[in-house]
Amino acid sequence: MEHLELFFKSIFIDNMVFATFLGMCSYLAVSKKVATAVGLGAAVIFVLAVTVPLNWLLDQYILQEGALAWLGEEYASYDLSFLSFIMFIATIATMVQLVEIIVEKFSPSLYNSLGIFLPLIAVNCAILGGSLFMQSREIPTIGLSLTYGVGSGIGWFLAILAIAAIREKIRYSSVPPALRGLGITFIITGLMAIGFMSFGGMLTGGDEEKKETKVVAVSKEIPKEQVEENTTEVLSDNLHTNKQ
Amino acid sequence: MALLSKKDTKLITDPLTDNNPITIQVLGICSALAITAELEASIVMSVSVLFVLGVGNVIISLMRNIIPSKIRIIVQLIVVATLVIIVDLVLKAFAYELSKTLSVFVGLIITNCIIMGRFEAFALGNGPWRSFLDGIGNAVGYGAILILVGFFRELLGSGTLLGFKVLGDPIEKTGLYAFGYENNGFMLLSPMALIVVGLIIWVQRSRNKALIEEN
Repeated sequence: MEHLELFFKSIFIDNMVFATFLGMCSYLAVSKKVATAVGLGAAVIFVLAVTVPLNWLLDQYILQEGALAWLGEEYASYDLSFLSFIMFIATIATMVQLVEIIVEKFSPSLYNSLGIFLPLIAVNCAILGGSLFMQSREIPTIGLSLTYGVGSGIGWFLAILAIAAIREKIRYSSVPPALRGLGITFIITGLMAIGFMSFGGMLTGGDEEKKETKVVAVSKEIPKEQVEENTTEVLSDNLHTNKQ
Repeated sequence: MALLSKKDTKLITDPLTDNNPITIQVLGICSALAITAELEASIVMSVSVLFVLGVGNVIISLMRNIIPSKIRIIVQLIVVATLVIIVDLVLKAFAYELSKTLSVFVGLIITNCIIMGRFEAFALGNGPWRSFLDGIGNAVGYGAILILVGFFRELLGSGTLLGFKVLGDPIEKTGLYAFGYENNGFMLLSPMALIVVGLIIWVQRSRNKALIEEN
């Protein structure tokens, strides 16, 4: 359940492109054709799925405050978290190099069509952003970090696929000349982001709107209390504390 | 202008308008969109990028003849990451609240495509002084868009600029609010950042027809 929740949350609600604007450069540059967009999207899913758990291990056993405790007691007070940028980016650069070699070997046509953009995955903010968000949101287990990586990769894939399809179609419509290309892509992405915001209510009524969830919680709690204790005092107490 | 030849001045002024990193080269979009809900955050971000890009360009340019081309991306990443760690620690020491607002986006300067783009396209083939000017020019062009977007979003979204209530007090109904003006909270949400940048691009390309794309 926890996995499922995180999975859907990272695809739809915290979508990398629409909620946090990660990986926008390649999102805008490679989304002219569906075929290349699919290739890059798949590569991003794969790299995220590998780097996020790897960086989770790094963070947990080397970088975090007290993470070096497994080396011995005198290391327990070390806090290497200021090194996390360098360590994360080194992992990512290595993994991207590996992916590049594998893709070149097994699918030269995909390799050619991706061209310069494969090495650019190393500097795709979505990848580093995935690891940094993993760190700042304190994801507890390695399994969950894998779910998070795959989920946000799929979210990015969906976004680039959708915009590439729209951009292929938009060639047949008459956009104002000054808005053609980049401008209209920005505005369409904005509209898509508005659409994706509606997913915010999918799980537990959304995190941000705490007031509303409280009201829902009150109305759900009251019948329970009534059944259990059947006194009005508890009910009014309950309402009172909730108001505060 | 003895210090700057005509070519050098062009390096600085070009990225401000006709070759702007955000609206024309399409680089460094992520941070431009994510932290522009407040003007202050956009200014701090611009200054950080100015530092990283200016210094980084010089370092890469000095090392350009000894970097093997196969591992140049990793070398570039290490240089940027080192500079970004410095920026991050300075921000944490002197502006802790702000560094919380910027959250992971300071770290994401590392993968800001402007930086890698300028290293690849300019610093690897030019001397330190020209690279420095190019870095400054591009960072200022980037900052200009960031500050412009931040200005509109904060002004229309919360009626303030750098925290000062320039449009009057929304609760006591003074200033513009007396005429029934309301803050447009939607400007603070993420989709509006995209749309504001889209509109800036529209304005820019209407003024300079040479920039219009095919489709």
